[in-house]
Amino acid sequence: MSGNPAMSAPVIETLFQRFLAEMLEDRIAVGALLVFAALVAVAVMAPFITPQNPYDLAQVDILDARLPPGTKASEGFTLVLGSDGTGRDLYSAILYGLRISLSVGALSGVIAMVVGASIGLVAAYVGGWVEATIMRIVDLQLSLPAVLVALILVAVLGKGVDKIILALVIVQWAYYARTVRASALVERRKEYVDAAVCLDLSQSRILFRHILPNCLAPLIVVGTVQTAHAIALEATLSFLGVGLPQTEPSLGVLIANGFQYMLSGRYWISFFPGIALLLTIVSINLVGDRLRDVLNPRLKR
Amino acid sequence: MTPTLDIAGLSTHFFTRDGIAKAVDGVSFSIAPGEVLGLVGESGSGKSVTGFSILGLVDPPGRVVAGAIRFKGEDLVGADAQRLRSLRGNRIAMVFQDPMMTLNPVLRIGEQMTEAISAHSKATKSEAQARARDALGAVGIASPEERLTAYPHHLSGGMRQRVAIAIALINAPDLLIADEPTTALDVTIQGQILSVVQRLVARSHTALLWITHDLSVVAGLADRIAVMYAGRIVEQGAVDGLLTCPRHPYTAGLLASLPERAVHGGRLASIPGMAPSLLNRPQGCAFRSRCGLARPECGNAMIAEKQVGDRRFACLHPLADSAGQVM
Amino acid sequence: MEATPLLAAERIDKRFERRLDFAGRLAVKLGAAPGNETVHALDGVSLAVRRGEVLGVVGESGCGKSTLGRILAGIMPASSGRILWQGADRDRLTGTERRTVKLAVQMVFQDPASSLNPRMRVADIIGEAPLVHGQVTRAELGDYIDTILRDVGLDPAMKQRYPHQFSGGQRQRIGIARALAVEPQCIIADEAVAALDVSIRAQIINLFDELRQKRDLTYLFISHDLGIVRFIADRVVVMYLGRVVESAPTSALFAAPNHPYTVALLAGAPRLEDRKRAFAAIEGEIPSPLNPPRGCHFHPRCPHVMARCREEAPRLSEIAPGRLSACHLNQA
Ligand SMILES: Nc1ncnc2c1ncn2[C@@H]1O[C@H](COP(=O)(O)OP(=O)(O)OP(=O)(O)O)[C@@H](O)[C@H]1O
Ligand SMILES: Nc1ncnc2c1ncn2[C@@H]1O[C@H](COP(=O)(O)OP(=O)(O)O)[C@@H](O)[C@H]1O
Ligand code: SF4
Ligand code: SF4
Ligand SMILES: [Mg+2]
Ligand SMILES: [Mg+2]
Repeated sequence: MSGNPAMSAPVIETLFQRFLAEMLEDRIAVGALLVFAALVAVAVMAPFITPQNPYDLAQVDILDARLPPGTKASEGFTLVLGSDGTGRDLYSAILYGLRISLSVGALSGVIAMVVGASIGLVAAYVGGWVEATIMRIVDLQLSLPAVLVALILVAVLGKGVDKIILALVIVQWAYYARTVRASALVERRKEYVDAAVCLDLSQSRILFRHILPNCLAPLIVVGTVQTAHAIALEATLSFLGVGLPQTEPSLGVLIANGFQYMLSGRYWISFFPGIALLLTIVSINLVGDRLRDVLNPRLKR
Repeated sequence: MTPTLDIAGLSTHFFTRDGIAKAVDGVSFSIAPGEVLGLVGESGSGKSVTGFSILGLVDPPGRVVAGAIRFKGEDLVGADAQRLRSLRGNRIAMVFQDPMMTLNPVLRIGEQMTEAISAHSKATKSEAQARARDALGAVGIASPEERLTAYPHHLSGGMRQRVAIAIALINAPDLLIADEPTTALDVTIQGQILSVVQRLVARSHTALLWITHDLSVVAGLADRIAVMYAGRIVEQGAVDGLLTCPRHPYTAGLLASLPERAVHGGRLASIPGMAPSLLNRPQGCAFRSRCGLARPECGNAMIAEKQVGDRRFACLHPLADSAGQVM
Repeated sequence: MEATPLLAAERIDKRFERRLDFAGRLAVKLGAAPGNETVHALDGVSLAVRRGEVLGVVGESGCGKSTLGRILAGIMPASSGRILWQGADRDRLTGTERRTVKLAVQMVFQDPASSLNPRMRVADIIGEAPLVHGQVTRAELGDYIDTILRDVGLDPAMKQRYPHQFSGGQRQRIGIARALAVEPQCIIADEAVAALDVSIRAQIINLFDELRQKRDLTYLFISHDLGIVRFIADRVVVMYLGRVVESAPTSALFAAPNHPYTVALLAGAPRLEDRKRAFAAIEGEIPSPLNPPRGCHFHPRCPHVMARCREEAPRLSEIAPGRLSACHLNQA
């Protein structure tokens, strides 16, 4: 960055630096980001920081079942958050559950984003009946309650991680398609697209190299919020017993398992996984809110 | 006679994350009743902020940090919000580049006009109606009776601007601040608006501050011109003298770079470089890096304004006056 | 016999139709709204740009200047009519010939903020097209970009920056550099200096002039600013509501405008020489292009209007060598 003396210093900062600075201005968002980062970190490191692998039957003792927080397990370690109905250490189970919840949410989010963004982009650029058809499907999809659609889909598709992800993608692509189409329609009218047409660049180049990168900001915002949605939705399905199987116990499955003990006073079996789920969803949403404030109106200067 | 508006040493700064933007920094001028002052300058030079400061409409992070704004002798800088509100739209009116800044999109034109009338005087409904109709006719709107029931979006841009002007002038204000009201309009429509404003202002003896970046517009409209650069007024004086014999090198450069005065096929004289950022304005004369007459002492301290006759300019090495006299 | 023009438009029409969505169609069925709306943005426009000249196009906003420019630049198709490049119908060309002709006409846009892709570095903005079209190799690209940047008065050291790091005037230079990078013969400048400050505007106008001499360029210079057109253009075309109403050599047009609209336009423009002038403005609003007046489009505002003007659209015809005007007064 050398050269023009007339250029004043503050202008030189990159868009990213400005973005970062504005992002960090909001204490709540920073807090949420830290919480979320911590959740991801413990989920990734779960095997190294938990006293037991809750799904290795050899490590779990049925005699430890339903012990309250703070009790010592037969293996000798303390059950910080108590144990569940099968004697698993709840702390370990939550971290492993978080792994599954987060990966299901992230994976379905990414796939839905790629699929939805491509469809939305094509709709905006091609126009005509293609756009009309796509957008009618999107409207239809968005007018139905997500839980209901997801319920029907898993009922048809059956259980399993891949099926849940497929169901979540089908439920969510429409949000991304709508977002991308809206911003692509705005971008399309800008003069830089005319310039690209005048320079005889190919349609796909204009679409993916020029228009798409300029639609990323709202896409990221929707992406965060939708990922939180996906996690919540998966938990809901699992809680209802139609989501993930017992062999892939996400937070939702854990909550469901403990629910039957709720009335008998053994609140912790459902309560702690519930707290973990709540922290995850709220922290992602808070970060998403701040992203929306920072990315949407201003970076377009 | 006390001037309608007398501004002395006005400074309005914006306290942004990147630093303090001195959008207006020591501006002084005054306007007598019935006088038209053209405030001219390039984008970002602080013209609009000057206008907003007079109206007490500077929003945070901006603040008037120094100076006095005397409206008919009363200082508005310390005045409370209540007092300012009662002056705005009544004794002090404004028109903006975008007429929708003053028009309410969901109210009929007639309602907005009668509201403006009854907010500041005790007129009966039919009196207010009649005054509104007359005001529309005065700004050259055909069939004003029908237009009273129209919504702003029914009107063309030029008509909307004329309605905004009609509302601004409806209480015969003492001062009208017009911020580039014709910039977005076409030549023939601009002509209509200029003629309307000229006529109405002369009739009601209103002092007019006309903000624009276009010297040609104020040449035919104003009595005096003030040229703004990087938050300061670098030169002001009567139109004729200022345009024919500028003393400040920036004014001279601006005039020379207008294609109107250039010979076809020749080169335009242009001012090299660009305006400095207001965040870290250089010490001394802000025009220094672009000025052909700059000498080392131009960078030393803030350049004080000099007065020669009715002309004021802030320059250490001004151009010769019409008699060839440098000082 | 005149030489074949470099670029010509022949009876170009452009209609924008606002297709109604379902709700709109329902509203029409129920009688709550008028049917499909058609903007007749260009109505039988013909003009010729001669090699090496600067042809100015003036007119008020919405009269179709940008639409004409975009059609000539190949950004959008015309509804009917032909575009001729050196006498050949441009739509009939194929393959490399089509591409060569398309690249030969480039456009410079009005808005320095939206005409550059904010996510691309200057080097990519300028270098993308010549690289994609194989006009330069990747190895030559760096030097090629540096040369062009120097030509438009920018420091090549800045080429890794993003557009938002430049001022309006500098961005306009980048836009010009992008157009020059594909070695065009004709540049269409659509209000290319309208968004710039006076002192910066002069720099860019001078740049246009320099480049013309250096690179043998032909310009179509679209502007609503008569002062600029008078300074830069050799010939001027005046448009009103989608039609050409007058065309003439610049000096002749400004000395003695023929069409009543041109007269009004010249009279209405504020001038530096004015002192406390009594602005006497032409009456009436600019009609909506959605439903332009019958006959001569200017008749509702024309001080010389006759019965014939309300019925019959005047033809654009020669009133003197090299001068065309579309007004019934000339046939009286
Ligand atoms: N809310 C704000 N926050 C920070 N800086 C501001 C704000 N409003 C204005 N400024 C700065 O104040 C300076 C003067 O702005 P102003 O709007 O008065 O310019 P102007 O002369 O009216 O320009 P234009 O011709 O573009 O209307 C500019 O540098 C601008 O960036
Ligand atoms: N993409 C479009 N869709 C619909 N109408 C358009 C479009 N582009 C231009 N128009 C209309 O065509 C007319 C001419 O526009 P334009 O060529 O941009 O005018 P100018 O450049 O002279 O201001 C205007 O009425 C405008 O609203
Ligand atoms: S004070 Fe010096 S630098 Fe500033 S305008 Fe005058 S001569 Fe030029
Ligand atoms: S044709 Fe008639 S209405 Fe049109 S410009 Fe000529 S005199 Fe006026
Ligand atoms: Mg302003
Ligand atoms: Mg245009």
